[in-house]
Amino acid sequence: MKDPVDVLIIGAGASGAAVAWSLAETKMHILCLEQGGWMNPAEYPSAGRDWEAKFYGEWSSSPNVRGRPEDYPVNDDNSPIKVVNYNAVGGSTVMYTAHWPRLHPSDFKVKTLDGVADDWPIDYDALTPFFEENDRIMGTSGLSGDPLSPLTHPPMPQQPMGLSGAIIGKAMNKLGWHWWPSDTTVATMDYEGRARCINLGHCTPACAQGAKSSTDITYWPQAIRAGVELRTHCRVREITTDENGMASGVVYYDKDGVEQFQPAHVVIIACNGVGTPRLLLNSASSRFPNGLANSSGLVGKNLMFHPYAQIYGYVKEPTDSNRAPPTCLWSKQWYDTDLARGFVRGFGVQFVRGAGPVFEAVVSEQKDILPWGEDHHRVFRKLNGHRLGFSAICEDLPEEHNRVTLDPGLKDSHGIPAPKISYTISENSQKMMDYALARGREILETAGATDICVNSPIPWGGWHLLGTARMGTDPERSVVNEWGRTHDVKNLFIVDGSIFVTSGGVNPTSTIQALALYIADQMKQRLANLFD
Amino acid sequence: MSADNQLTRTQRGDLRIIAAMIVPASDEYKVPGADDAAIQADMLATLGRDTKLVAAALDHLARLAGAPLAELDAARREAVAQEFRKSGGAAAATLARVVLQCYYRDDRVLRSLGIELRPPFPKGHVLPDGDWSLLDPVKARGGSMRQIP
Repeated sequence: MKDPVDVLIIGAGASGAAVAWSLAETKMHILCLEQGGWMNPAEYPSAGRDWEAKFYGEWSSSPNVRGRPEDYPVNDDNSPIKVVNYNAVGGSTVMYTAHWPRLHPSDFKVKTLDGVADDWPIDYDALTPFFEENDRIMGTSGLSGDPLSPLTHPPMPQQPMGLSGAIIGKAMNKLGWHWWPSDTTVATMDYEGRARCINLGHCTPACAQGAKSSTDITYWPQAIRAGVELRTHCRVREITTDENGMASGVVYYDKDGVEQFQPAHVVIIACNGVGTPRLLLNSASSRFPNGLANSSGLVGKNLMFHPYAQIYGYVKEPTDSNRAPPTCLWSKQWYDTDLARGFVRGFGVQFVRGAGPVFEAVVSEQKDILPWGEDHHRVFRKLNGHRLGFSAICEDLPEEHNRVTLDPGLKDSHGIPAPKISYTISENSQKMMDYALARGREILETAGATDICVNSPIPWGGWHLLGTARMGTDPERSVVNEWGRTHDVKNLFIVDGSIFVTSGGVNPTSTIQALALYIADQMKQRLANLFD
Repeated sequence: MSADNQLTRTQRGDLRIIAAMIVPASDEYKVPGADDAAIQADMLATLGRDTKLVAAALDHLARLAGAPLAELDAARREAVAQEFRKSGGAAAATLARVVLQCYYRDDRVLRSLGIELRPPFPKGHVLPDGDWSLLDPVKARGGSMRQIP
């Protein structure tokens, strides 16, 4: 029997790292169990000549394609958007675009403003200090003063505009539409031990330079120095409960595959919007027959993905291709509701600089714009290094039929039931995507682009896993309360994207981490009566 | 269906021919075709997890052709290739991707495209900072976030 720990965190990704770091100052015994291992930057794709090919195999964003022992399979046959993630210390911050917008204040009040979904039980102001703290630790770059998003004060200057950014900026100016350099977690100068970006380009599947922020190189070294214990290659099967209905610990498989029980006084789940409901549903027991913390029946429901409407084309001038971080500019032109557009809510835009030669060839062949045969070389030279892209991150509203359940047959390498996704794109989201594509086409055509192609939705675009253990004050309509504690189990907390009430129209990691820090702060303030 | 981890001699022959139909050699651009021996060797050496689907694609190709591709005349070969591309599904897409990912990392091909023969790290790339006065119209237009009552 292991000694109990004060706090047990499940998952060492974006939110698990943040909550561990914040709680470390309490000097409690904090243990984090992570199913993956530490990353080795020397093995990152951009350190080798076959850097692009790796994205189709061991460095695929899809756990089903990667199939590493650290990954768990996901049955997403019933979804037009496939789940993508990464399982390691750092989680999906190891493999993300580092685009760093945050939810707007209006995103917390969608019921009040637009009469849809629900308001959050907290507001933007509650998160403000934690956004700021998180930006400092993750290390953000950008340009303050965006008139449509004047919230951030990045400690580092924005990324270079590059060739692609200038073409996009000119087109947006011609159309009179908003654009601005994106906040990113790419270090544009040496920062807190991280080297500045040198434009490796292929930064989504991990940054060999260490310029892109991921929690394995930001939060975790600090948390470990402060005394947090991080145990890798440990996959949690279930959370156990005692006779009082309190979490008593977890059953997990250690790095040798041996089943272990780790008792804990507090359990914090940080497994993302798919992994968290999977764990709660796998923790069903005689006390909690429908899954742990699921008296509302909402565990796994209201899955929100952010359907991505992507459109791209090719200009005559050279673009940045793979010679820069993929995203450089954003637009908030269509972020807020305008019912004249035919839908409620809105979308953020991230512009994409280009692609490398292998990706360009493979995708263009699949899109049938790159022919086989004699004309292949001429057409490839017209396409390669000339791509510009527009991706709309469309706000997905919560719908209970979009959900994560347990697959009756599929299991991971430890025999633990795998998640099954059932998801459809709503009529509102589809109208939003169609509208976004029309605007994207206008921008590309204004920039002089031809051979325009569409991915709507981006099939392997399920990066943002939100809403499946939503936050609220009503135990019948939510899974966790306004400070992240489950309504049903008073020593069980959730800090990842599953607690989002609505999704906004931006990449969520900044907000996920701010929420994790906020919840940690709430816990610290309530330590004397945390379970009341 | 052939063995999981290797291609038969016939499959290798068909792979060589279909690869050349995807990317033929070009005197104009001074590049080899995807049937080049070094590129083919790269494909076979790195098939790895793609072996099964590529073998399935080649089996499908063989069924369409009814004979090794090398034995078909040019017109028949072209017709088979078109049908293969149309009906081959995920397996054919994987085969095409394997051909292209090996072709577009060959030194001779990259040199022809003006791409340096090196991984991105550690040298990286230099990016122009750009003319940030392009933002002036955005600043002048102003605007605000949606207000909460």
